Amino acid sequence: MSAAATLKTWAGAALAAPVIWLASIVNVPLKSWQRATGTGGMAAFFLAPNMAIFGIFVLVPLVINFFYSATSGTAYFLQDRNFVGLEQYQRLLDCSNYLDTATCREDLFWKAVHNTGLFVVVQVALMTVVSIATALILNREIVGRSFWRAVFFFPVLLSPVVTGLIWRWILQRQGLLNLIVHDLGGEPYNWLTDRFWAFTAAVSVSVWAHMGFYTLILLAGLQAIPRDLYEAAEMDGTRPARVFWRITLPLLMPNLLVVIVLALIRAVQIFDEVYVLTGGGPGTSTLYLTQYIYEIGFASLLRNPGLASAASILMGLVLVVLTLLQLQVGRRGERKGARQ
Amino acid sequence: MTKPRTLLAAISVSLLASTSAFAGDVRIMWYSDGVEGDVIQDLLNRFMKDNPDIHVTLDNVAYKVIQEQLPIQLEAGQGPDIARVTNIKELAQHWLDLRPLVADPKYWDDNFGDTLDWMRPDGSKAITGFMTQLTLTGGFANKTLFEQAGVALPGDKATWDDWINAAAQVAKSQQLPAAFAIDRSGHRISGANVSYGANYIGADGKPAKVDDGTKAFVGKLVDWTAKGLMLKDTWVSAAGSTYRAAADDFINAQIPFYYSGSWQVANLSTKIGDSFDWVATGSPCGTAGCSGVKGGAALVAIKYTKNPKDVAKVMDYLASENIVKEFSERTLFLPAHMGVVAKGGLKWGSADKNVGPALDTFVKAAGETLPAADALPPWKWSNAYFAALVTRVSQVMAGELTLDAAWAKIDQDIADKVAEAK
Repeated sequence: MSAAATLKTWAGAALAAPVIWLASIVNVPLKSWQRATGTGGMAAFFLAPNMAIFGIFVLVPLVINFFYSATSGTAYFLQDRNFVGLEQYQRLLDCSNYLDTATCREDLFWKAVHNTGLFVVVQVALMTVVSIATALILNREIVGRSFWRAVFFFPVLLSPVVTGLIWRWILQRQGLLNLIVHDLGGEPYNWLTDRFWAFTAAVSVSVWAHMGFYTLILLAGLQAIPRDLYEAAEMDGTRPARVFWRITLPLLMPNLLVVIVLALIRAVQIFDEVYVLTGGGPGTSTLYLTQYIYEIGFASLLRNPGLASAASILMGLVLVVLTLLQLQVGRRGERKGARQ
Repeated sequence: MTKPRTLLAAISVSLLASTSAFAGDVRIMWYSDGVEGDVIQDLLNRFMKDNPDIHVTLDNVAYKVIQEQLPIQLEAGQGPDIARVTNIKELAQHWLDLRPLVADPKYWDDNFGDTLDWMRPDGSKAITGFMTQLTLTGGFANKTLFEQAGVALPGDKATWDDWINAAAQVAKSQQLPAAFAIDRSGHRISGANVSYGANYIGADGKPAKVDDGTKAFVGKLVDWTAKGLMLKDTWVSAAGSTYRAAADDFINAQIPFYYSGSWQVANLSTKIGDSFDWVATGSPCGTAGCSGVKGGAALVAIKYTKNPKDVAKVMDYLASENIVKEFSERTLFLPAHMGVVAKGGLKWGSADKNVGPALDTFVKAAGETLPAADALPPWKWSNAYFAALVTRVSQVMAGELTLDAAWAKIDQDIADKVAEAK
């Protein structure tokens, strides 16, 4: 053995020594634990820290939230609040016509529900189409492909608050867009005080901010499609559109479903970038559910923690349904993959 | 050997377990609009030099922390020892009664007596703190723009209509985006509402339904917004009761008339510099008077403090006549100390020629407020009323509600808040 190899072995042994010593100490109680509880007990042992964190920061607040939703008052401590049962839910759901928010007791809640519904439909559709288009382009042999992939993914790395601020500076009355419009001889416009444009901005900015993530999922799906299918189609003289509808889309479907469900969940939770961009305005036209909950729970001078908790639980139920859908989609994809 | 180890361990454990403050430690939670954070730190450094046994820590935080996080800390029986707050009446149950602790309670009653009710529960005689600044809502005009447009500044008893018409002429002449703006705040429009005869407080002390005075001014405001005379951005581009100031639009000479309040004087002076001349206008008149609404920020002692005696010493020092006078002069804030006001002769710490006359205008306007406006700062439901007004009026401006629907919603929102507080 050469001197270098000997040195390497000694160095390795020296580095490993404290770890082995530590392991020998831990080994004694772990072995006793395994003997007493079996392999199931070992799994529980290793899962315990994670479950403790999950329990403290997710489960306990969730349970407390249920209690809050059954109380009224302005106090924050449960013992100082009055038990009112399902009154907060009744108040939120008190509506003579759910399609006309003016007839609802909590019209702002329903306004937020309607706005969120519209946002989800438009944003998810646009997100899916744009992500597919981008993934298809980035999957081709284009010049600077890696660079373009990085460019499209970059907004995902930005903080939502930064994203909102950047676009606010661009779109506000004295913003960059109006400067360009003015320089081109056009009339500057107050984009963020116009309901249509504020909504369009909210949707576009959120698509811009998150499409990189979904594009990446779809790109992985595209690269998994066997090349020989395309070669066979080419030899048969199949038109590109037919190739897309008959080969690409069906084989991309498992990834696409995951993208749609994830985008749906994220769209229902939309808050930060839109809150910074439009503040929920003009009026309440970009007031979404999470902002409503935040406002009524903490920020507004009319704050009502019980009502905010009830609203968050109703929103949570919607998210549970969407998550179950995601699990279902995932399992179906796995089964299909196994069959293939 | 065992005993010292045990002792050391016991000390360590007790140190780690203890969350209470050490004797002599006083923490102040403070927010700043301008330079007041630096000024108060300087004053506290002097205090600590003279009182080496008391260490005061000034935690400079964002206003949002005071509004959103402090109430939760207080509910938990925690928080700082002293805090600078604006939500002074609604949280009054958390303030410490300094009456048995301060050196001379009579001094406090004599000099802060007219504002002590603003920061203590109804019917209480407690001394809980003092106003670090007295504010008054009022207007500002860009004198240079008025001169360039050849439009005379409306006089002392000019009405809201007079001011908006004059500002509209200036905006048209100087091709500005709008004639005026008011901060997005229920507090800001309440002086005008009262000037048109509004009274928010019912005979039982609870919120009254929206009356003709409020309807008169808010109706005008909505109309002015629809006509493009009021800058749409401030009120329309947000939901709920979110606060938005329009100061930057005035500073950037985008509007010739701006309605906000006395606390903007230092901000305007710093940011406008010598770009243009500006004047404070007081509050335009309505049919019942020319009223603004008083208010301000208070420094209050928190009852969960572990060092009440030290807190009282700090409060005594900060409320002393010389310190209040110096603080006001350096921050350009109107003092709430009656002795300082009565003696006059404040040497405002600014070389800006616009500052002195502006502050004098506000001092003069403070004598013109109507009783219905003066009743608002110590009234428990003011914030609920303000929030409902902003939320619903901005919906009307955005075309989502009619005025009639808004009145019903405002009454409902306030009634809900009162019911929730029971």
